[in-house]
Amino acid sequence: MQISGSLPAAAVPAQRRNTGRLIVWGGFALLLAVAPLVFPSNLSISILSQVGIAIVACLSYNILLGQGGMLSFGHAVYSGLGSFVAVHALLGIGKGSFPIPVSLIPLVGGLAGMGFAVVLGYVTTKKAGTPFAMITLGIGELVFAMSLMVPEFFGGEGGVSANRVVGEPFLGITFGKQIEVYYLLAIYTLVCTAAMFAFTRTPLGRMLNAVRDNPERVEFIGYSTQRVRYLSFIIAGFFAGVAGGMYALNFEIATAEVVGAVRSGGYLLFTFLGGATFFFGPIIGAVLMVFASVLLSELTNAWQLYLGFVFLFMVMYAPGGIASLIMMNLRVAMHRKLHRLWHWYALLAVTAALVLVGFGAVVEMVYHLQLGAALGAPLRYLGVSLDVGSAAHWIGALAATCLAFAAFEFVRRLFAREWGAIQGEIEADMTFKEPA
Amino acid sequence: MEFFTISMLNGLSYGLLLFMLSSGLTLIFSMMGVLNFAHASFYMIGAYIAYSISKIVGFWPALVIAPIAVGILGALFERYFLRRVHKYGHVPELLITFGLSFVIIELVLLIWGRTPVDFPPPEALRGPAFTLVNSSVEGMRLIFGAAPPAMCSAADPAVRVVCSPFPATRGFMMLVAVAMLAALWLLLTRTRIGLVIQSALTHPEMVEALGHNVPRVFMLVFGAGSALAGLAGVIGGSTFVTEPAMAATVGSVIFVVVVVGGMGSLAGAFVASLLIGVIQTFAVALDYSLGDAVRGIGLTLSAGAADQTLLKMSISQIAPILPYLFLVLILIFRPKGLLGTREG
Repeated sequence: MQISGSLPAAAVPAQRRNTGRLIVWGGFALLLAVAPLVFPSNLSISILSQVGIAIVACLSYNILLGQGGMLSFGHAVYSGLGSFVAVHALLGIGKGSFPIPVSLIPLVGGLAGMGFAVVLGYVTTKKAGTPFAMITLGIGELVFAMSLMVPEFFGGEGGVSANRVVGEPFLGITFGKQIEVYYLLAIYTLVCTAAMFAFTRTPLGRMLNAVRDNPERVEFIGYSTQRVRYLSFIIAGFFAGVAGGMYALNFEIATAEVVGAVRSGGYLLFTFLGGATFFFGPIIGAVLMVFASVLLSELTNAWQLYLGFVFLFMVMYAPGGIASLIMMNLRVAMHRKLHRLWHWYALLAVTAALVLVGFGAVVEMVYHLQLGAALGAPLRYLGVSLDVGSAAHWIGALAATCLAFAAFEFVRRLFAREWGAIQGEIEADMTFKEPA
Repeated sequence: MEFFTISMLNGLSYGLLLFMLSSGLTLIFSMMGVLNFAHASFYMIGAYIAYSISKIVGFWPALVIAPIAVGILGALFERYFLRRVHKYGHVPELLITFGLSFVIIELVLLIWGRTPVDFPPPEALRGPAFTLVNSSVEGMRLIFGAAPPAMCSAADPAVRVVCSPFPATRGFMMLVAVAMLAALWLLLTRTRIGLVIQSALTHPEMVEALGHNVPRVFMLVFGAGSALAGLAGVIGGSTFVTEPAMAATVGSVIFVVVVVGGMGSLAGAFVASLLIGVIQTFAVALDYSLGDAVRGIGLTLSAGAADQTLLKMSISQIAPILPYLFLVLILIFRPKGLLGTREG
C-alpha cells in the first residue's frame, strides 16, 4: 500500500536530485583539482595527498561500520597488506619482472586487499555484532605478529621500501614530483568515492543496510546474512587495499605499523567522529585524521588524550558524528528556526573553550612535571607562566576547569531543552503538512 | 620431568591470571551484552595504582586498596557513561568502552610516563616457593623455599643434579585466583545478591518487576568485574612488568579466551584461560622448528631450504600468534566456542 502511494512521488524528486548530485560531485572534483593550486607549499601538498588516501580508507571502513553495522578493529590489515603488496609490485616494476604502469599500483594494492579479505573475511564474517568485533581484533593481532616474524615479505623492523620513479614515463609524468603523485591520488580518490557511493545504491548495498537494521527479517526473506556480510567485506577490503596502494605510492615504504592495531583504531575513531550514518561523514573524518596527526601533534604532546575525550563525548551526545550535527542543523535551518540557536551556540563555544583552556592547563602541567621536571624551566602556557611547584597554580587550574565545566553543563542543559522544543515544532510542522 | 612440572605450573598460573580477567569480562558480557573493551585497561590501572600506593603504604595494603579503587572507577564509568549510551544499541556501547581504553592509556602515559615503572613483588614473595631437585642418583625431591646451593651441585661429576625453582609470585598468583574463583562461585550461588544477579542475566524485566533495582545491579557487576581486573593487575603487574603496553598485551588474549570459551560462558572462559595459558607457556619454552622436525625424520635439508623462514621458525617464535591461530581454528570448526551455547 505504501509502495504504490510513494512511487510517483519518488520519481519526481529523483529528476531534481540528479542536478543536485551533479553539483556535489562536480564540486568535489573541482575541490580536489584546485586545492594544490590554492595551497602550493610542499607541506600542504603532502597533507592533501594524505587526505586523499585517508578519504578512501575511511570510506571503505564505513562500508563495514556505517552501512553494515560491523564494528571492525582490524581494518588496517587490508589496507596494510595492500600497501605491502603494492610496494613489492613497485619493486617488481623496478626490476622489470612485473611490467605494469606505475599509475596502476593502487589497483594492485586493491586486488591484494580483496584477496586477503576473501580469505580472512570468510572466518571474520561468520559472526556479526560483538563476536565480529573481537574476531577482527584477533585477526589484526595475528597479522601484526606475523608481520614481525616473516622478514622476507614484511621486511622486519625496517619495512620494505621502493622507488616510484621507475618504468616508462607516461606523457612525461614520472611521479618524481609530489604534485604529480597528488593528482594521481586525487583521481583515485574521486573514482573510488564515486564507486563506493554507487555501491550504496546497488541491491547488495541495500541488502547490507537491511542486514544492519534487521538481520532476522533478512534471513526470513531468504537471504543469507552471512553471505551479504562476506561480499560487502570483500568490497570493503578492495577499497582498503586501494588506499593501501595509494599509501605505498605516496610514501614509497611499508612498515609493520601499517597493519597495526593503532592504525585500525584510528580508522574507527575518525570514521565515527566524521559520522558513520551519512555517506559523506567519513570524508570529514579523513580530513580530521590527517590534520590531527600532522598539525595537532605539533601543538601538544597530549593530543591523543584530547582526541579520546572528544570521542567519548561524541559517542555520548552525538552518535551520528559531525555529519549528523551538520544535517540536523540544516534541517533546523530549512525550517527557519536556526536564528533561535545562534546565541546558544556562541555560549556553548565560549564555555567549551574555557573548559579546554582549564583542562589543557592541568594536562600540560602534569606533562611538564613528568617530562620537564629535570629541566626546571617554568611552563609557558598560552602566554602565562605556570609553576608546577606551586600549589596555588594547581588549585587555580583545577578550580578553573571545574567551574568552566559546570558552566558548560548548565548551558548545555538549557540548550538541550531549546533544541528539543525546536525538534518538537519541526515534527509538528511536518505532520501538519503531510496530509496536504 | 621437572621441566614439564614447572612449565605446567607456570602455564596454569598464567591461565588463572587470564581467568581472573576473563571472568569479569564474561560476567559483564553475559549480563549487559556489553563487551568491555577497556577491561584490560582496568587491569593496567590496577597495576599502576597499586604501584603508586605501594610506595607509600607497602604492597599488602595496595593489594586491597587498588582493586577497590579500580572497582569504584568502573562503577562510575558504568553509571555516568555506559548507561547513557545504552539506548543507542550495542555498537555505541562497544565504542564508548573503546574510547575509554584510548583515554586510559593516554592518562597512564601522562601520569606515569612511557617507560616501565619498577613495581617489585613484596619481600615475602621474592624467592622461589619451592624447588624441585632432580638428581640422577637420589631421584626427585621437593624442597620448600630455595634449595641450599650445596644440594644443587653434586661433588661427583657423574651425578647429574638439576634444581628447578618455582617462583613464589606465581604460586601467590594461583592462590589468589583460586580464592577469587571460590569466592565468586559462592557469591553467585549461595547469596541473595548472587541469585538476583543470576536471574537478572536471563530475565531482567521480571527481576525489575519484583522490585529489584536492575540498573544498580548492573553497576555493581560492572564495578566488581573491574575490581577483579584491578586485582589481577596488581598481581600481574608485580609479577611481570608494569608498563603502558601491558593492557594491549593481555587485552587481545582475553578477547580470544572469551570467544574460544564461548561468549558468555564462565566455565568456557575457565577452560579456555587454562588452555591458552598452558599452550603459550609451553610454546615459549620449546625451541624446536619445523626444520628440526624434518631433520628428525631423517631428511637432510639443502642450505637454501634450511634458511627458509618457515622452516627456521621455532615454536617459541610463533608463541605470540598461537592464541589467534587457535581462535581462527575454533571459529572454523566450532563457532559456538568450547562450552558456548549460543551462536551469534
